[in-house]
Amino acid sequence: MNQYVERLYNGIIKENPTLILMLGMCPTLAVSTRAMNGIGMGLSTMAVLILSNLVISLLRKVIPDAVRLPSYIVIVASLVTVTELLIEAYLPSLYDALGIYIPLIVVNCIILGRAEAYANKVPPALAAMDGIGMGLGFTAALTMAGLIREVLGNGTAFGFQVLPESVEPIGIFVQPPGAFLVIALIIAIQNALGIRSRQRKLVESCDGCCGTCASSCDRVREGAAK
Amino acid sequence: MKNLILIVVAGALINNVVLNQFLGICSFLGVSKQMKASASLGGAVIFVITVASGVASLLYDYVLKPFDLDYMKTIVFILVIAALVQIVEMFLKKTSPAMYKALGIYLPLITTNCAVLGVALTNVQNGYNFIESVLSGFGTAVGYTIAIVLLAGIRSRINEEDIPAPLRGAPIVLISAALMSIAFMGFPGLSF
Repeated sequence: MNQYVERLYNGIIKENPTLILMLGMCPTLAVSTRAMNGIGMGLSTMAVLILSNLVISLLRKVIPDAVRLPSYIVIVASLVTVTELLIEAYLPSLYDALGIYIPLIVVNCIILGRAEAYANKVPPALAAMDGIGMGLGFTAALTMAGLIREVLGNGTAFGFQVLPESVEPIGIFVQPPGAFLVIALIIAIQNALGIRSRQRKLVESCDGCCGTCASSCDRVREGAAK
Repeated sequence: MKNLILIVVAGALINNVVLNQFLGICSFLGVSKQMKASASLGGAVIFVITVASGVASLLYDYVLKPFDLDYMKTIVFILVIAALVQIVEMFLKKTSPAMYKALGIYLPLITTNCAVLGVALTNVQNGYNFIESVLSGFGTAVGYTIAIVLLAGIRSRINEEDIPAPLRGAPIVLISAALMSIAFMGFPGLSF
């Protein structure tokens, strides 16, 4: 049982995909304008992540090594399409708010990264648990960034007025620049507290993006060395 | 004609793909450390996004739409992009080794660059035809290149400055990006 709980702790705190591993920055920056959008995006991604981890773990002995990445992409893309249709049918307001970022879950590095780094090596239950942990960590980070931006930029939290009307909200925080600023500040605070983000080496040397480009990262480094 | 020019300018400056729509952030932050690498990646991105937009548009108009397979577009586009990048890589390797040497190592990175899929999907959403899609893809990719080359320039200056310890690394780069994004907010004021 312990290793399942450890997966949750690992995903939410120790290897938080957004804040520590710095994966999936695009949706983090793009949809964190409102705390509610953060939760919606986080949970949609989590649903895809749990299912993709589960399916890939179940098929780990079937998929030949040479074609594993295209296979993963097809699996993830199918799951994302299902999720997109479900959101469109049952949560139209969320569908409008997230827009193009729902289909873009396919290229979210967290999903292919976890498939490649973890799910294809372990039994299904553990892989699904890893999906839950990572999904919760991603949701928590997105919601935190969304909450900060919503309070500062709009004076509301989850749609409710929290700052008194007399305080003028700082509009820039719900605009695109605010996304960069808030994430920069969160990482700066983390650095000041001495929490090391693992990305530093990765991001600076290469794309830092995902499991898929790990091999191409090596080639970039070789290319740069020449 | 005016409409077509507007699509290119809007893609490159007004709706800048990185600073306004947050697509391709990973490579924007990762590769911008070196100016030369940034420019090469920019060249590869312009090439791939322009071709991918055209191919995706043709596929959508002549295969997916007539057969009512609209909902398959995410799966089809991502596979087409992945295959296309592979083909482009092999083609360059065979025909133009010099260009392959300059761009080749960046091509695999582009498969998972969300900007490519993002542009293809946006084009379909906006109902663009083939020419409009290609131009929109080209404009977007030029916007990406402008943003990454500018950031690379800023970062080469940052390296010589004394940055407060907690801000070193990713935070200062993100703050620079925020300032660039504020500057790019001026472009919607362009009137035609």
